[in-house]
Amino acid sequence: MADFTSGFWDLYIIVITVLAILGCGVLLWSQSTHKVEAGSDGTTGHVWDENLTELNTPLPRWWMWLFYITIVFALVYLVLYPGLGSYAGKLGWKSSGEYQQELAKADADYGPLFAKYASQDLKAVAADPQAHAIGERMFLTYCAQCHGSDARGNKGYPDLTDKDWLHGGEPSVIKETIMKGRNGMMPPMGAAVGSEADIENVAHYVKSLSGLTADPIKVSFGKTKFGACIACHGPGGVGNQALGAPNLTDKVWLYGGSAETIMETIRKGRTNTMPSFQAFLGDAKVHVLAAYVWSLSNDPAPANLAAAPGVAQK
Amino acid sequence: MTEAATKPVVIRMYAAREEIYPREAKGRYASLRWACVWITQIVFYGLPWLNWNGRQAVLFDLGARKFYIFGMVLWPQDFIYLAALLIIAAYLLFLVTAIAGRVWCGFACPQTVYTEIFMWIERKIEGARSARIRLDRQPWSADKLARKSAKHLAWGVVALFTGFSFVAYFAPVRSLLANIGAFALGPWEWFWIGFYAFATYGNAGWLREQVCKYMCPYARFQSAMFDKDTLIVTYDQERGEPRGALNPKATAEQAEAKGDCIDCNMCVQVCPTGIDIRKGLQYECIGCAACVDACNGVMDKIDLPRGLIRYSTDNAMDKKWSAKRIGQRILRTRVLIYTALLVLIVAGFGTALALRTPLKLDVIRDRGSMGREVGDGMIENVYRLQIMNTAETGHTFRIKVSGIDSVKLATPDEAVLDGASTRALPVRVQVERSAAARGSNHIEFELTAVDDPSLTVREKAVFIVPK
Repeated sequence: MADFTSGFWDLYIIVITVLAILGCGVLLWSQSTHKVEAGSDGTTGHVWDENLTELNTPLPRWWMWLFYITIVFALVYLVLYPGLGSYAGKLGWKSSGEYQQELAKADADYGPLFAKYASQDLKAVAADPQAHAIGERMFLTYCAQCHGSDARGNKGYPDLTDKDWLHGGEPSVIKETIMKGRNGMMPPMGAAVGSEADIENVAHYVKSLSGLTADPIKVSFGKTKFGACIACHGPGGVGNQALGAPNLTDKVWLYGGSAETIMETIRKGRTNTMPSFQAFLGDAKVHVLAAYVWSLSNDPAPANLAAAPGVAQK
Repeated sequence: MTEAATKPVVIRMYAAREEIYPREAKGRYASLRWACVWITQIVFYGLPWLNWNGRQAVLFDLGARKFYIFGMVLWPQDFIYLAALLIIAAYLLFLVTAIAGRVWCGFACPQTVYTEIFMWIERKIEGARSARIRLDRQPWSADKLARKSAKHLAWGVVALFTGFSFVAYFAPVRSLLANIGAFALGPWEWFWIGFYAFATYGNAGWLREQVCKYMCPYARFQSAMFDKDTLIVTYDQERGEPRGALNPKATAEQAEAKGDCIDCNMCVQVCPTGIDIRKGLQYECIGCAACVDACNGVMDKIDLPRGLIRYSTDNAMDKKWSAKRIGQRILRTRVLIYTALLVLIVAGFGTALALRTPLKLDVIRDRGSMGREVGDGMIENVYRLQIMNTAETGHTFRIKVSGIDSVKLATPDEAVLDGASTRALPVRVQVERSAAARGSNHIEFELTAVDDPSLTVREKAVFIVPK
């Protein structure tokens, strides 16, 4: 009854439906027994436009029975399936149930394949061409929206093909990242660092850490203010994968390596979320996916991308 | 008769079917119809058994969405060819109907063909027309029961074989046969064999002319394709009337006054839809020409020229045209236009099919980023190449990209695809910043099979240089 704001509409639909069906039956019955007077020339007797007459050729009797069968079918259908207001039908059929059936069927079809890989070591899975092809398709479906089809990421979305990892690039850590998701959080540090000038100095110091051109005077001032960052990024700025704190000494930048961008990061902080796929994909699929992602930045990947065979269509 | 005209009569709105007992017609047109029965059935029953390249030659694999037709594999993307085929079939029907009326109905329509087969069985088991009428009027006896059961059994066997052959177009015939023996078919296979068998049995055994009269949509609109020069089965009223039995004692004068029709009713008895062609063209007439055969046979016996009932046209009847004149009128404007259109469409269809490349390419630009700057002042865009190798053999494909100076592929330029397989291939394309205008630039991807350069497809795409 939740579908309707009051019981009236439920009843309204039921009454209209049932009356319409029964009305068809009554009409059919009355017309089949009713006898029409007609001229012996087989017309209805009406004449239009001087000479147009209508033939009164009877319909075949089996046709009438088909009509009756249709009515019976409609009634039986409405008892078995939903159709009368909010009545659910004797069979309890639901479109979502159909979807679940399809899912169960797909799981039964592909489950054994994923189970086979789930029992293998992630690096072994990564070297399997078929698993690679499956992983690639899953990546294109579930991951490419943020990380790009080529997995090279975007501003704010990590590149998965380099050797730089926020939380660690071991296969098991990648799997954990996909399973549980990650929350990347850099708090706004403007107040802790100090004045606008201090922020600019720190930004230049951070640039210098990765060997980018930076103002040497600002760098030396910034170095003294870098203490505010040490808790997460470490004294040398090498980051901390346990916290998800980025390494500042490489040339990989999640948001950009210009002084302006770094200053904005310091002032406002950054918040990133990688969603959890555990409930959605399940362990076995994530296993194959994690192996694929790991292979993107590691050599034991099967030959090269071009060698992975296409999806054979039965 | 006059009394009935003044007295109102009562007509029931739904009439029970009246059994029609068509007499067997023998002659030119009956032989032609049997030839059509043989040809259509040899093709229909036999085609699934043909093999080609180690697979069934004609197989519509709905599960895998692949239509195998001899050397060709059609994918859902090739649906346009089905549309073209239907247009060709429609135009062929218009053309044939404009020239020769309902010859399709009378000679090649499945309803006619299966009815012919079922009536042949009926004749073999229950006897000729008079014997069948007698049998139906008899009270039930052991003989009647045996004959009726034998007939329905034989009908059932033909119907089941027809259902089986139908399903064999959608499921491999050999495993289908083996699985039937082992009762190991899927529910849908059982359903369609049963359904098609039931439809054959019902339509050819029971409904017969009712299908043509009440169910067939074609019967309803084909009169729109008729004109006064369309060949139809007609009774030559001028020559036949006044009709009357042959009277050996008639004087020469009496014989002269009488028409050639001896009112033997043969034309009515052989008619599968139970009409009297002597009343003129009726929509129930399926143009099967059984009455022509019957009448010619009678004319031969009484030594009169054939053709009292014959294929002719309205105009020819009215204006007493010769056969030659009828033939000349076949090439009228309408027929010529139909023919020209048909030739055009068939030629287009054939060319398209012959030039069809069993390789498809879709380019999907990554929407996540417009374009990014990478080292050395290059701008990079990411694309997903959806490659479909619709042939049955695998190939290595080389990807080329063109359209802007310095445009190049930054990912491997080769992709391996098995036969009948698809692949979504992520590729990166790079352009020197100075080479392209800001905003969108047109580029083109080209995919070529390394071992077969004729296997090439091109697809346009857009390269975006961020502002």
